[in-house]
Amino acid sequence: MKNFAYSRAETVEGAVSLFSQHTNSKFLGGGTNLVDLMRENIEQPDALIDVTRLSPAGIGDAGIAELADGGISIAAAVRNSAVANHHLVRERYPLLSQAILFGASGQIRNMATTGGNLMQRTRCYYFYDQAARCNKRMPGAGCDAIGGFNRMHAILGASDRCIATHPSDMCVALAALDAMVHVEGAGGKRSIAINAFHRLPGDTPHLETSLGPDELITAIHLPPLAFAKNSRYRKVRDRASYAFALVSVAAALQVEDGAIRNVRLALGGVAHKPWRAYTAEKTMAGAKAGRETFQRAAEAELSEARGYGYNDFKIELAKRTIVGALSELAEAGGIR
Amino acid sequence: MAELDYAMKDQGALSPPSTTQIALRINGKAHTLRIEPRVSLLDALREYLDLTGAKKGCNQGACGACTVLVDGQRTLSCLAFAVQYEGTEITTIEGLAADGALHPLQAAFVEEDGFQCGYCTPGQICSAVGMIREFQNGLPSAVTNDVSASVMELSQEEIKERMSGNLCRCGAYVGICAAIGKAFESGATL
Repeated sequence: MKNFAYSRAETVEGAVSLFSQHTNSKFLGGGTNLVDLMRENIEQPDALIDVTRLSPAGIGDAGIAELADGGISIAAAVRNSAVANHHLVRERYPLLSQAILFGASGQIRNMATTGGNLMQRTRCYYFYDQAARCNKRMPGAGCDAIGGFNRMHAILGASDRCIATHPSDMCVALAALDAMVHVEGAGGKRSIAINAFHRLPGDTPHLETSLGPDELITAIHLPPLAFAKNSRYRKVRDRASYAFALVSVAAALQVEDGAIRNVRLALGGVAHKPWRAYTAEKTMAGAKAGRETFQRAAEAELSEARGYGYNDFKIELAKRTIVGALSELAEAGGIR
Repeated sequence: MAELDYAMKDQGALSPPSTTQIALRINGKAHTLRIEPRVSLLDALREYLDLTGAKKGCNQGACGACTVLVDGQRTLSCLAFAVQYEGTEITTIEGLAADGALHPLQAAFVEEDGFQCGYCTPGQICSAVGMIREFQNGLPSAVTNDVSASVMELSQEEIKERMSGNLCRCGAYVGICAAIGKAFESGATL
């Protein structure tokens, strides 16, 4: 690992100012992804600005607050375990609590921050392998995942430059919840809708988010969503615990008089970003709640899916996981 | 220092050496050390402070052998830069026994054959201490059926899920899970 200059920020303004003092700075959260990437020499920052002290430590309630509109604000440095364990998250947004608990291990969830989770990079093996061609690591180099071992790779929204997937579970729940990402940089503060935060690869797979070069994530806001009480995160993976998703589904459902009144659906493990299933949601609006509707919605969402050989199975798997998760929610009390 | 030089070369020291002085509290004792910012907490413990209980397995956060407790929370010391942990209270396996008496989880691992070669054991035990604290704080897990419920049971299924970040190449999992269950049920202060 290349050595670097370290500084610890005490305020957001201080962090942004420290960041601008080096040409190649990075903000450091829990380090669970960045330290590994630095050890592999994939990331080689000159300076790290530690932003973990900008929110209170521990798995207590600090850093998470109820907003006036009934939503919740989560400070960026709050650890993943603390978010999963917060009573308001567990009661109002169980899919978010579950999504976090289905990711990584207990140790990693204690370390990883909310903002850092959004900034995770893909675990595509070719991205990690310096001997392989990767447009994300070296723009213009080519992509060895296309035509290679691509079992973990994307089936939706990929390009001929990159078929990597976004690794986060938490972000899939945030995509379903329409979370807002609050950021601050030298140019001031703004907020970005979670579904506009991560990008599809297109011709520029090295550009992964819409965050400005000097912008720091300061908080995530969850808008109020009463029917998210009936929500679920379902994850399919190669082993029962501590593995990235082959396919995952975050869903919330409200059924009235047998018809779908409200539904939210997002997929993980299938694209370069958490995939909000708008097409499926439209298909289901007002329709009779049941397997037939869920199947039709899944078919519509995956109609443009494309496999790359080893990951062809994900198309059918995604459909079945959608139907399974929604059926479970319909049975669990979504119908009244 | 031969080992240390080797460790630095292993990390590909290409940039000019730049060290910083940091203060760490480990097992109740204050330590001051001068290190490069890139030194992991694991390397700081093992190579600078002779606390070799925490082990380097994968060095990429996959195996859990390096698990220590930071302010009581289980943490992977291999994915941590030591410099980030100033002002925290770090507990390693060396700090668990009190007055020469084994910590209840250490004793349970001995009684239940919770290890064979022992390499992963310090990480397993530190992880189990942190895991039980998380459970007692009400943290649900991926196998908790209702995350909004406040009452949970620390079943074997829960133990397996919550301990999945610690690998054992000998496959002593049956003993490990039995030891954790036994220590928890004993009601001892963990």
